[in-house]
Amino acid sequence: MIAQVQIQERSGEDASCIADNGFCPGWIGDNLDRYVDPFFEHVYLTVVSVVIGFAIAFALALLSYRRRWLIPPVTQITGILYTVPSLAAFFLLLPLTGRGKTTAIVALVAYSLLIIFRNVIAGLDNVPDDTKDAGRGMGLTDRQLLWRVELPLALPEIMAGLRIATTTTVGLATLAFFAGAGGLGGQIFADINFKSNVAVAGGAAVLLAFVLDGLILLAQRAATPWARARATT
Amino acid sequence: MIDTLAFLGEFGDAVDFIFNTRETREGREVGGSQFAELTWTHVQLSVAALALAAAVAVPLGLVLGHTGRFGFLAISVSNVGRAVPSLALIAFFIAYLSVGFANVMVALAVLAIPPILTNTYVGVRQVDPDTVDAARGMGMTGGEIVRRVELPLALPLIFGGVKTSMVNVIATATIAPLAGVVTLGDPIINVSTYGDAGRLGAAIAVAALAVFTEVSLGALQRAVTPRGLKLSARRNRFPISLTRRARATS
Repeated sequence: MIAQVQIQERSGEDASCIADNGFCPGWIGDNLDRYVDPFFEHVYLTVVSVVIGFAIAFALALLSYRRRWLIPPVTQITGILYTVPSLAAFFLLLPLTGRGKTTAIVALVAYSLLIIFRNVIAGLDNVPDDTKDAGRGMGLTDRQLLWRVELPLALPEIMAGLRIATTTTVGLATLAFFAGAGGLGGQIFADINFKSNVAVAGGAAVLLAFVLDGLILLAQRAATPWARARATT
Repeated sequence: MIDTLAFLGEFGDAVDFIFNTRETREGREVGGSQFAELTWTHVQLSVAALALAAAVAVPLGLVLGHTGRFGFLAISVSNVGRAVPSLALIAFFIAYLSVGFANVMVALAVLAIPPILTNTYVGVRQVDPDTVDAARGMGMTGGEIVRRVELPLALPLIFGGVKTSMVNVIATATIAPLAGVVTLGDPIINVSTYGDAGRLGAAIAVAALAVFTEVSLGALQRAVTPRGLKLSARRNRFPISLTRRARATS
């Protein structure tokens, strides 16, 4: 039952601060450990959802890039999935998949599809025709052209989509506790009037978004050495 | 439950809940007309928040775009905005500013500003410089250029931002009952009162509301697109993306 998330016991020194629902550094220091499990649940939900979402969207994009007529229907279907509010999606899925991580992950994956799909297609479309012609002139087959020329050149845009999808998923995963999947949202909700609790749990969620975003950015830099070489010359 | 809906199982019960009032064990009337009230509050809250956000973000985006200054700010506001989970934002408002319609409205407006601001800025920046020069050559002042040239040409993108924000706000208004504003999220959060049918019914209603908004604002967006832009857009199916590398036009 959602409405019965238990209000956790508050103990520690600054009794008056705690009674006031205030921001109490002492209490936070003593109670940091209660945020560890929800944090890692949150990381798990985000990473698993984004990885699955990326795999599906990437495959759909490669397929639609060759068969252009697929682009409008895929965009529309993923667009509808994207439009349905995540919270509503969790509950629409409950009768089908039951409470737990599966429900949350299915909804979060559905949410990331549009963003990644659109960016992969846009990235591939932005590869200059001259470059592709040059590749073909060197005797590359379509498949080689895709993997050696088009995808590497589309990488910045693909990664941009991945970054948007990741930060969005971190945010949406704060609602995943409604589907019984835990995460930092459950911790925020557990004591929503207590400033210390909201600051730590909410802060951790924001921080997680920034850290994951930064990690993808680093991965992108490592994967596109030529971008830096061009920038420095 | 209406017999014709029986084959839908739980979903049929939920749809029945939306249209027909029933009584809880405590004798409270839920569903039906009460559901319409929840929806009305939901819409009011969302529209109020969006109006506030647009009132702040559109003028700011127009000015920043016109002068071309603080572009970095306009873009990064959107990136930071996306990283802040809506639940965390609402929770911050509840914990630090307390509950109520006005507070939730401001919280939702904060959520809605980044997409509108960024899209307005990008919309103005992507107006062809030659067009602006021509307008200046015709003797238009800066204000006139903003109102009569840049705003109409940026309107489709501004509307795109409004659409994104509105759908987002409708989604987030679902958790407003946590802050004492009784929206469609109430049956979702207070399952003990409304039961599973109420919760699922609310989920269906919120989803339908979001999709309806997306579709109708999309139609409005097409309606406000200047004819010239529509013609050129046909060649370019995808909305412009912020990361697209600038390519020299020959």
